Amino acid sequence: MSAVVELRGATVTRGGSTVWSGVDIELAAGEFVGILGPNGAGKSTFLELLLGLQALQAGSATVLGAAPGERRQRIGYLPQRRSFDESVRVRGRDLVALGLDGARWGTPLPGGFGARRSAARARIDAVIAEVGAGAYANRPIGECSGGEQQRLLIAQALARSPELLLLDEPLDSLDLPNQASVSSLVQRLCREQNITVALVAHDVNPLLSYLDRVIYFARGRAVSGTPAEVITTDTLSALYGAGVEVLRRSDGRLVVVGQPDMPAHHGHEH
Amino acid sequence: MNPSFSINPVSDLNQLLQYPFMVNALQAGTIVAVIAALVGWFVVLRRETFVCHTLSVMSFPGASGAALAGLPLAPGYFLFAVGGALAIAFGSRVGGRRSAMQESAVVGTVGAVALGLGFLFLSLYGGILESVETLLFGSFVGISAGQVQTLLVVAALAAAVLAVIGRPLFYASVDERSANADGVPVRALSVIFLVLLGLAVAAIAQIVGVLLTFALLVAPAATAQLITARVRLSLALALALAVSETWAAMTLSYFTNVALGFAVTTIALALYAVARAVRELRG
Repeated sequence: MSAVVELRGATVTRGGSTVWSGVDIELAAGEFVGILGPNGAGKSTFLELLLGLQALQAGSATVLGAAPGERRQRIGYLPQRRSFDESVRVRGRDLVALGLDGARWGTPLPGGFGARRSAARARIDAVIAEVGAGAYANRPIGECSGGEQQRLLIAQALARSPELLLLDEPLDSLDLPNQASVSSLVQRLCREQNITVALVAHDVNPLLSYLDRVIYFARGRAVSGTPAEVITTDTLSALYGAGVEVLRRSDGRLVVVGQPDMPAHHGHEH
Repeated sequence: MNPSFSINPVSDLNQLLQYPFMVNALQAGTIVAVIAALVGWFVVLRRETFVCHTLSVMSFPGASGAALAGLPLAPGYFLFAVGGALAIAFGSRVGGRRSAMQESAVVGTVGAVALGLGFLFLSLYGGILESVETLLFGSFVGISAGQVQTLLVVAALAAAVLAVIGRPLFYASVDERSANADGVPVRALSVIFLVLLGLAVAAIAQIVGVLLTFALLVAPAATAQLITARVRLSLALALALAVSETWAAMTLSYFTNVALGFAVTTIALALYAVARAVRELRG
């Protein structure tokens, strides 16, 4: 079976400078992969490339068997750092619905009971139930907590039943219990529905027990493997070209010491 | 016969409709209310009330410029409002992206230039422009059947455009990043919406006046969104509020000679304040 995502010698530039180059990456169907690395290493750029929002400078990229962007309808995407303040008077449910047909021209008129409308309603109910957001989906999104908003946004990304789910820092700004419950939710979706998931994170710890594999971006290159293979003193030192030390604490959390650009993120307790 | 308000609604309605000018005014007011509610609902959602205010100020140079050029006022209103909308839409871009900081600066500058131009045209014109008071605060005495038709065309056009772009515009307004990644032409929609807003503002300013256009566009939509977070219900509520506020204000203005703009803003503000107070009290 062919890979869901395949990058060969991929090079991406932004504003004239190279973000990363000569990168080979494969994502298999149903894999849960963490995308890690310091700020500015090109993690989000990787997701944007898969969406077709970022051009490839050299090399080749295939997403779901076609050029990036062509299979957009089969990809679910959660952009980075979105939150809705209290003044946003739109129900969570309406935001989820936009994931299904928000880009379609027209205006849904009131009182529609057509077959398509009821199928859409059933699909929205189903994804809201999948992420466990039933209790607050009818509240204005601005009144939901950060964790609740994140679950609704994941439901939005799932609305079209994607085969590939790209999540950009979904754990950002969540407290530790919510980081754990969102990680386990994503793993469950990945396992039960065989969705391939690429999740960008700046801290691997809340994800460690859920991930199949990590891809670590740094200094214009990428290294891939299981967390145990990649997040080691030797591998990261070679990747950074500098002395980086990985410590395992007694509670199993990994602490990366001496990592350039992001000193306090890994293992830092929020 | 001076109109006098009674507790008999039939006699009141008869009095309201006895003069053709009042029938025209009620028709024009209703059209204006509908378009204000529809466009204003998106203005509130997109937090573009400052842009909306500036575009209503564009009516001042529009009207005085048209007077100076010896044209009817309506083309002046539309030309300046749409021109202002385009200036804001393109001036707010930095390197092809919408910049919140530049937008705020450009909107403020465009507003100031509009006022300056308005006074320049007025002084060059030399004559008396209707009366500046009417220009600013509105009057429904002089609305012709032709004006009602122009309004209807503009309103139908705006409603048709909104019907086509409604859903993606809603997506881009509440969740721009997702919409953009989903292939919604976010930038083109924001330009189209600003031009639409310019048209609506020009139409409304001719009835309620330059300064108070803002109230009819923003207040009913803001009140509706406070009351409900259901999309279709809040749109319908904004429509109902705008139309009933306009009718109430016209009735009040007709029977008491209170300026129309004052009547509209007072009623709209009162309803907004009530909705807000109810929400705050509920916690």
